[in-house]
Amino acid sequence: MNKTWWKILGSVLVIYTAIAGLLMGVPRLPIINESIRNLYFHVPMWFAMIVLFSISVFYSIKSLSTKSEIDDIKAVESVNAGIVFGLLGLVTGAIWAKYTWGQFWSFDPKQNFAAISVLLYFAYLILRNAIDEEQKRAKISAIYNIFAFPMMVVLLFVLPRLKDSLHPGNGGNPGFNSYDLDSRMRMVFYPACLGWILIGYWVYTIRFRIRSIETKQQQN
Amino acid sequence: MQLAKEVKYLIHKEVLLEWRSKYTINGILLYVVSTIFTCYLSFVSLGDKLAWNALFWIIILFASINGVSKSFLQETKGQQLYNYILASPAAILISKTVYNTILMLVLTTIALGFYTLVFDSFTPPDLLLYYVAVMMGSISFSTVFTMVSAIASKAGNGGMLMAILSFPIIIPVLILLIKLAKNAVDGLPWENSYDEIGMLLLVNVLTVATSLLLFPYLWRD
Repeated sequence: MNKTWWKILGSVLVIYTAIAGLLMGVPRLPIINESIRNLYFHVPMWFAMIVLFSISVFYSIKSLSTKSEIDDIKAVESVNAGIVFGLLGLVTGAIWAKYTWGQFWSFDPKQNFAAISVLLYFAYLILRNAIDEEQKRAKISAIYNIFAFPMMVVLLFVLPRLKDSLHPGNGGNPGFNSYDLDSRMRMVFYPACLGWILIGYWVYTIRFRIRSIETKQQQN
Repeated sequence: MQLAKEVKYLIHKEVLLEWRSKYTINGILLYVVSTIFTCYLSFVSLGDKLAWNALFWIIILFASINGVSKSFLQETKGQQLYNYILASPAAILISKTVYNTILMLVLTTIALGFYTLVFDSFTPPDLLLYYVAVMMGSISFSTVFTMVSAIASKAGNGGMLMAILSFPIIIPVLILLIKLAKNAVDGLPWENSYDEIGMLLLVNVLTVATSLLLFPYLWRD
């Protein structure tokens, strides 16, 4: 992915969603009203986070077999980028919750589980800081990353389905798709998801390049 | 069959070591009993059964972190090297997990007995389902904590890492367990709990499978 077309595509899509998301028509719904526009910014954060964490697990598995330092740096930098998206997702969700559910933290299962899965990756970073020796650090943190990933999937995708949630699509609340994600919103929502995933990937590649230059300098 | 033989032998070794010193089991037992007493004295006016249920699981959680984390953290580097030469990594992991499960089953059973004794009003109407929850809890805690304690022991600097690394992983399991135990406290019919039991079994299978895949990489230095 050294070509530039996807970077341009990502930027154009995100700029488009920022403009179209704020200006284009949206369905009028009680309670959420105009705040429905946050859908274009809140949900894509989680998609970008999941993609980045999946990249991280992929490189963790790879680094266990190849034992190369590059794969290890890729794994940790995609976690670093993914955590930023996770925190942004929490913040955008909390602001949205303040104006629709009444308080920033509503103890909604999805909110709690998202926060826990962000904690999981903070634990991963702390585990890395605890080990000095580089190869050992790469190996042990890769093992923790792979071990924790299925748990994160359970946290984010399975458990919320078992509990009542204030989020759409859970606990008797109809999903966005069923009645209000009309064609106008789809025109913005899908490009927004793709755009933010591309931007997240771009952030990760930049961070990876900075880190690999830094390690190269340290070795010389 | 080599594996089964090794596992059997290693479990025997663990039990024998524990039987000689009786340190872990007595230590954790005293820990559980004194925590239950502390809670009793602190929350004596608390009337809500569900709060007692949550308290029970928190006590069990901390007791099992302390109990299971011993399994790898306690061993010296020399002992680990010796085991590595003698047995396959899979055998070591399975034997530790099975041993920890047995240990936790004994401990949680005693803890539950003591808890219902002290908090007379707590005794759940469906004691059998509650005991199923306790057993599922012992199994899940041992499978997760055994692997995490192996990771923490390899990273050096054990105690604090053990807590940080295991909490985010155990929270989904704990939520399911508290839900299952709540069903027992409320006296709901068993059909309502099949979802939770199934999920817990699934999580355990997942944990054991990933542990078995990953442990050989972790074990080698």
